[in-house]
Amino acid sequence: MTALLEAADLVRVYEVQRGLLAKPAFVRAVDGVSLAVSAGETLGIVGESGSGKSTLGRVLLGIDPAAGGQVLFSGKPMPARGTPEWRKLRAQMQLVFQDPLAALDRRLPIAEQIGEPLIIHGLVAKADVKDRVSELMAAVGLRRDQAERYPHELSGGQRQRVVIARALATEPKLLVCDEPVSALDVSIQAQVVNLLRDLQDRHGLAMVFISHDLKVVRNIADRVAVMYLGRIVEEASSEDIFVKPLHPYTQALVSSVPVPGRRLKSRIILQGEPPNPAKRPSGCAFHPRCPMAQPPCRTSIPALRTLESKRAAACLLLDRSEVPLVT
Amino acid sequence: MSFVKMRDLRVAFDGTQVLHGIDLDVAKGEAVGLVGESGCGKSVTWLAALGLLPGKARVTGSVTLEGQELCGASRAALERVRGGRIAMIFQDPSSSLNPVVRVGRQITEALRIHRALEGDTARNEAIRLMDMVGIPDARGRFNTYPHEFSGGQCQRLMIAMALAGEPDLLIADEPTTALDATIQAQILDLLGTVRDETGMAMVFISHDLGAVSHICERICVMYAGRIVEEGPVQLLFDDPHHPYTRGLFDAIPRLDGGRGRLVPIHGTVPDPKNLPQGCTFSPRCPRATGFCRDNLPLLNPQPDGRQLSCIHPVPVYGQRPQVLDCRGSAAA
Repeated sequence: MTALLEAADLVRVYEVQRGLLAKPAFVRAVDGVSLAVSAGETLGIVGESGSGKSTLGRVLLGIDPAAGGQVLFSGKPMPARGTPEWRKLRAQMQLVFQDPLAALDRRLPIAEQIGEPLIIHGLVAKADVKDRVSELMAAVGLRRDQAERYPHELSGGQRQRVVIARALATEPKLLVCDEPVSALDVSIQAQVVNLLRDLQDRHGLAMVFISHDLKVVRNIADRVAVMYLGRIVEEASSEDIFVKPLHPYTQALVSSVPVPGRRLKSRIILQGEPPNPAKRPSGCAFHPRCPMAQPPCRTSIPALRTLESKRAAACLLLDRSEVPLVT
Repeated sequence: MSFVKMRDLRVAFDGTQVLHGIDLDVAKGEAVGLVGESGCGKSVTWLAALGLLPGKARVTGSVTLEGQELCGASRAALERVRGGRIAMIFQDPSSSLNPVVRVGRQITEALRIHRALEGDTARNEAIRLMDMVGIPDARGRFNTYPHEFSGGQCQRLMIAMALAGEPDLLIADEPTTALDATIQAQILDLLGTVRDETGMAMVFISHDLGAVSHICERICVMYAGRIVEEGPVQLLFDDPHHPYTRGLFDAIPRLDGGRGRLVPIHGTVPDPKNLPQGCTFSPRCPRATGFCRDNLPLLNPQPDGRQLSCIHPVPVYGQRPQVLDCRGSAAA
């Protein structure tokens, strides 16, 4: 099966102004990321703040320009941002944000907002817009009588449903969800996660699910890519990542999640903080915090290497099989 | 004996009741978790107890600290308690620190107010506290500003400042929520260490059941301004009786679980202006009957040591749920 979305060696560079007269610094927020998502599949992207996961989502959709690399959608290169071809293609790939209140227009009733993409992309006749909106609202579990409500009259979970309904209006093939449940209460989170999963089953959507919440990613993703400072450090099936993580960073990340009912023992607690992307450490970016770092880690940058079937990691220690990694 | 004792604590904002009579004891050296969704009143409980709510809030009931009444106490009396006896840290550490004052001075200020330390003594004690909470090169960073620290380090500074008054109780209001996963683990670890070293009591307010279970021995689950279930961590985690507690556990995906469908709690948290009749959880509760919709259950002690406010608790194998007395919905 060919992938619906394929990205090769994506790079996104931000210019950071430091002080009035200082020379601007360049931050490689996304630094050589390659990935592929097939129809009906969910790829989870996890990492800490500043790891470049949100930027990656935007570059995948072409909202942010890439400084290098290429994105293929259905096997064809992504058209340049802002061109009519790109706008047309955008109907097939939609973005769901973290904060639904910011993503919605406070002055428009929700039915109008859900119908807007239909009109913009000219997908249905004006007379049929209302019916299609009702259909979409039903699909995400909103009641018909809520159509004329304004965003502030809805709860957080309902607002996120509106955003999802609007994203689905154009019958996209790909949904990029950037922290879609992080702002919601736990009881509501489960509702939205189930909704996304049902919609995927029904429409065969491909999904890129960006989140810092490993528990949610564990539940929804088929495959997971772990990012650290703009690079993918490990990629594997959700099962492999969470049960048998190979990269020392993934191991620490997985063990840092508090499991209800278990006390703070036998957890890997990393020293220090994620480094500033503008001051990237030499060699492996993780080496200053890595409990297993060896001298070569300070100088050579490990490549993302395929290790066994369908999993890859970027760690020098994994290249040398004599070093025991999984304890 | 209880260190802090709350009895029938109620809070109303502009005539809207948000806290409906909280009874809660915290013993010396104990760690208690307050768990619930946004708007359930878990933060308001402690802001009210310490007199930190805005003037429009109407607080009634009683909060005593070793017998001394705090509810309605004078500002001077409260100021002796706040910081000195009971300290509080919040979710967003960078907005709790003064951005234009060097961090060392912010900590020595607390030392001067609460422990009357001055000059080099204060400076050395501040450096010791910064060391204790894990600020690298504390001496060198004494004269830096909050923006030169990361979010996790700012939370460490807040903890140092809270410890400056040598409080008997630390209220931690969502202290790890705004932090990254690996930093969350560090701060949880630090809070555990600090507790072991100082022996102070702790109240941990969070929506994260996992984080709470790492720090606390006892948990109160709150819903719509009331405590609905209370008991030792292990008891509540192994065998939750209130359908809401059970619902919270089922709704959270597990890291060691598979990819099974999640079990959400239907509906949403009720609007405090428009609370449902009877048990406030009944409209979302899979076990509710007509009786639940008319009658408000009381928080009653159970034989196994927990307290529960439910008429139809989640059944336990081999044990009949105790029949609870109720007060009429008119009393709500």
